[in-house]
Amino acid sequence: MKGAVMREIEGSTVSETVARLCKEANYFLGEDVISAFKNALGKEESSTGKDILNQLLKNAEIAKTEQIPLCQDCGFAVVFVEMGEDAYVKGGLISAINEGVKRGYTDGYLRKSILADPIKGKNTGDNTPAIVHAMFVPGDKIKITVAPKGGGSENMSEVKMGKPADGIEGVKNFVLDRVLRSSANPCPPIVVGVGIGGTFEYVAYLAKKALLRDIGQRHNDPFYADVERELLEKINNFGIGPMGLGGRTTALDVFIEVHPRHIASFPAAVNINCHAARHKTAII
Amino acid sequence: MAEPIRLTTPVSDEDIMKLKIGDSVLLNGKILTGRDAAHKRLFDLASKGDALPVDIKGQIIYYVGPAPAKPGYVIGPAGPTTSYRMDPYAPLLMELGMKGMIGKGIRSKEVKDAMKKFKAVYFSATGGAAALIAKNIKGMKIMAYEDLGPEAIRELEVEDFPVIVAVDAHGGDLYEEGVKKYKR
Repeated sequence: MKGAVMREIEGSTVSETVARLCKEANYFLGEDVISAFKNALGKEESSTGKDILNQLLKNAEIAKTEQIPLCQDCGFAVVFVEMGEDAYVKGGLISAINEGVKRGYTDGYLRKSILADPIKGKNTGDNTPAIVHAMFVPGDKIKITVAPKGGGSENMSEVKMGKPADGIEGVKNFVLDRVLRSSANPCPPIVVGVGIGGTFEYVAYLAKKALLRDIGQRHNDPFYADVERELLEKINNFGIGPMGLGGRTTALDVFIEVHPRHIASFPAAVNINCHAARHKTAII
Repeated sequence: MAEPIRLTTPVSDEDIMKLKIGDSVLLNGKILTGRDAAHKRLFDLASKGDALPVDIKGQIIYYVGPAPAKPGYVIGPAGPTTSYRMDPYAPLLMELGMKGMIGKGIRSKEVKDAMKKFKAVYFSATGGAAALIAKNIKGMKIMAYEDLGPEAIRELEVEDFPVIVAVDAHGGDLYEEGVKKYKR
């Protein structure tokens, strides 16, 4: 068999891209989120809520102009990679990503929030290691998405191994209950990522992956698109409001990702994101 | 909305008792910072009856771990962190004279009870508005626990630092009242 030609990518190219994405995700709030703030301002009834939404718009403007982080919690660097099967990274993909995170967080004046050991502590000093979710896809390109994830909203997330009998109503109740219990803590207006199906670990991944969608982008399947709309409306009727001080704007959007499941299992996960819904993508 | 109230630190019991939930407040003067790790150290010292490295009487503690400052900046982006993680430590600090806390998110019943008992107030700052908030911080000095990096205790000089009274010393809780008002 004739060997196929593999595309060789320099590790430094990957590192430079990741470093740039870490900075851009932290400095530049997506236009989709900015539009969602403006849209929410029109509907918000609470004057405190309006003040807060205006502060968030002003904040995004300052961060962009001065190239400083939107939020002091510059997050755990969560990196999604779609690795073309016909490409390889010289020196290794993971080490190139970590080198990029180290550079981005250091040169970009981003906060380093990672403790080397969960119990024994000690800050790693450069925000490494990244959490990398890599999968193989056809082709010779690499698609990299950096999604810095803050601690406050991550702490309000949950996985539930339900019963198949729970069905979609069970998932809805789980999501609504999780958001209600989170109240003001995850920095509302929030974005809600929901995973349904797969296994215990995979459902959490689905909920996180759901957060990569742009605000307003509905699920392809009309059934799930309807559930997304219904959950968003119900969440906004809770009255939690911006920063939980009361108001109409509790969530900017709800995104569902699904996967086949085992006949015996019914996993569901909720991953909550604060209003700083940060993610930037590049293709090498 | 009513005109914001200007409040200068250190604050007195009288200042505290005037504040009601929903009040917009502009803080001036010096405030202290502290979050998870610094609180644990302060709490451990105070539990043993040992002196604290900073004077907290009449002071306000801001729950924050700022991002690094770019050259030419006093401080990096500095928005509030979630407050409930400081709940186990807050009542003892109020007993020792701390008058205010700035953070985001709900507080426990124990903290709210202690606020009533020791006359203290809890302010909400806008989480994720870190770049904007940093503009109201005019000076920064590390006071203790430099080894904790972003978690070190700092003294911030603030000018018209915008906060909202979220829990007052009269038992009011805007997280409950505000949500009730807008629930459908």
